[in-house]
Amino acid sequence: MKRIYSIIVENQAGVLSRIANLFSARGYNIESLSVAPINEEGLSRMTIVTEGNEQVLEQIGKQLNKLIDVIKVIQFGEEPFVEREMALIKMHTDMNTRAEVLRIVDIFRGKVVDVSHDSYTIEVTGDSDKIDAILSLLEPLGIKELARTGKVAMIREKKR
Amino acid sequence: MKLTGAEIFIESLKKEGVEYLFGIPGGAIIDLHDALYRQDDIKFILTRHEQAAVHMADGYARATGKPGVVLVTSGPGATNTITGLATAYMDSVPIIVFTGQVPTPLIGNDAFQEADIVGMSRSCTKYNFLVKDVNELATTIKKAFHIATTGRPGPVLIDFPKDVQVAKAEFKYPETIHIRGYNPTYHGNPKQIRKVVKAIASAKKPLLYVGGGAIISGAHEEIYKLAKKLQIPVFTTLMGIGAFPEDDELSLGMAGMHGTYRANMAIQYCDLLISIGARFDDRVTGKVSDFAPYAKIVHIDIDPTSISKNIKVDYPLVGDAKLVLQEMLPLFDQYSSVDWKEVRKPWLEQIEKWKNEHKLAYDMQTDEIKPQYVIEKLAKLTRDEDPIISTEVGQHQMWVAQFYTFKKPRRLLTSGGLGTMGYGFPAGIGAKFGFEDKPVYVIAGDGSFQMNEQELATIVAYNKAVKTIILNNGYLGMVRQWQQLFYGRRYANTNIEVQPDFVKLAESYGLKARRIRKKEEVEDALRELVAYKGPYLLDVIIAREENVYPMVPAGASLNNMLLT
Repeated sequence: MKRIYSIIVENQAGVLSRIANLFSARGYNIESLSVAPINEEGLSRMTIVTEGNEQVLEQIGKQLNKLIDVIKVIQFGEEPFVEREMALIKMHTDMNTRAEVLRIVDIFRGKVVDVSHDSYTIEVTGDSDKIDAILSLLEPLGIKELARTGKVAMIREKKR
Repeated sequence: MKLTGAEIFIESLKKEGVEYLFGIPGGAIIDLHDALYRQDDIKFILTRHEQAAVHMADGYARATGKPGVVLVTSGPGATNTITGLATAYMDSVPIIVFTGQVPTPLIGNDAFQEADIVGMSRSCTKYNFLVKDVNELATTIKKAFHIATTGRPGPVLIDFPKDVQVAKAEFKYPETIHIRGYNPTYHGNPKQIRKVVKAIASAKKPLLYVGGGAIISGAHEEIYKLAKKLQIPVFTTLMGIGAFPEDDELSLGMAGMHGTYRANMAIQYCDLLISIGARFDDRVTGKVSDFAPYAKIVHIDIDPTSISKNIKVDYPLVGDAKLVLQEMLPLFDQYSSVDWKEVRKPWLEQIEKWKNEHKLAYDMQTDEIKPQYVIEKLAKLTRDEDPIISTEVGQHQMWVAQFYTFKKPRRLLTSGGLGTMGYGFPAGIGAKFGFEDKPVYVIAGDGSFQMNEQELATIVAYNKAVKTIILNNGYLGMVRQWQQLFYGRRYANTNIEVQPDFVKLAESYGLKARRIRKKEEVEDALRELVAYKGPYLLDVIIAREENVYPMVPAGASLNNMLLT
């Protein structure tokens, strides 16, 4: 079972290492991890995607909460939430493929952010399924390089 | 007035009421030693190895309940503390370790005696700090003591660069501290407490499972009241020994791998297991899937991560053991019309039967000295003096747990979680610093003792009347026992007959020492040891291949005990 944890942490040296260490020392796997400061001074948000059975996931949540540098742990599951990921994809292109690549990018509402004689660099944003989908279409056309941010997520506000 | 970092360090420790620092000086910490030299409030205890310094602080902390403090230098001084930190971390002992560090501009440059101790100690400390700015020093020390001593206690390390020791700042020690990501839960959830009370009152075969957390929180009186009031039998873990008087009729002794027959059987047949400050360690549970198969489980613990980690718990209750029990006890008043002795009769009779079926025993008909006999004799001779017993790790540790009858908390110092050989001797020394007038006995194996025997110098230097008994079988005995029972008697690398003459060794440091080989010498030698006013070492040559029984083989279920 996959789970996304969004963790608000003190923005200070060693925090990333403490969290990474928690996962490695206890044999939990990190599938993706993203971290950046949030609007509140001195705090960062980490989004971690991990996998495990119910007992393992419960332990991970508790262990994260136990860390002194962790202010808040949000587990995404029951409540509706938005998740997004961004990918930069550098494509080999030639006369035969340029048009097709552009069509795919257009369908996925991506953007070409850099162009050279034989390449496009594409930016695409969406949930992870969408990123996986565009990648599977671009793959046969020649992906040169790929960078994904990993997921970030937020609980949806309640609609009135 | 501005003070140097070194002076702030000393003033802060005074505010925390620190009496002793254990450690060894070095280049990166010399400024602190210079500041220590110029004051009389805090005494520095010079050890012969940094690992031993941490164990001393640990022994001091376990015996007194106050935090133990260590001061060592950078690099090797710091790395030598790792085993001590890991030992304290596993057993939730409040210690604060200060390590010297190279000056901040040199950090990361592979400078002389530089080690990334903050990185290395991260997984064996509750928290750690690198102080980069002298203005943050006092607050950091306050935080360290707060974190080490509250919630589930544990070791905290402060890395203290040399330039910060000499830099100056205004000294202002914070009265209180708030750490926003650190808010341990002390009080139990009232609704959950009521559920647990109901479960306990309606159980037919309840059983109390008491761990080290009960001792840390000082819950022994409440546990006694609960057990007596509702007539619930009690077993402890190794770490919980002393939380319930072992001479009480409701005491089943210790459970687990080398636990008593009655305690292990009670676990397997109880219908409600009430765990207080224990963590379902594999040495207690044996095969997890067969553990307490008929029982609902109550788990009271201050650390939420301990709950449902190994065993699925039916009634989790997060909080401080003492406070939760205080909140719980009055709720049993509603059952005041119940005659609990009558209700419990069948269960207690069953336990009595188990008790008589297989008592802890050993062969008493030999000339050789049986180690169990030594422990029993010592227990008798010291019955009235309420001593502290510190052990190393191995067979002798289990014999102490089985045959020394403990009646009070904080009287047994032993490395339970990490199982650190070399712990007991320095820990006993540390306890002696905490209690000048309390007798301290260290019970060691010949293997363990050699792992920190250099501290003989420390007890002589400070004239600490620590009494050491080496149960000497010339083997790494516990491993040899496994080899005998599970590895076809192939004693690979467990024979340590080549060893110092412990009597001469002790004498060379200036201790009084004696060796005995025969059973009839035991009583006389122990009397001499107990009466002697000063450090003393007794080398007891014991039956070489004596085993610890009962024994639940690793990974087997608790009712599969080897009994002889």
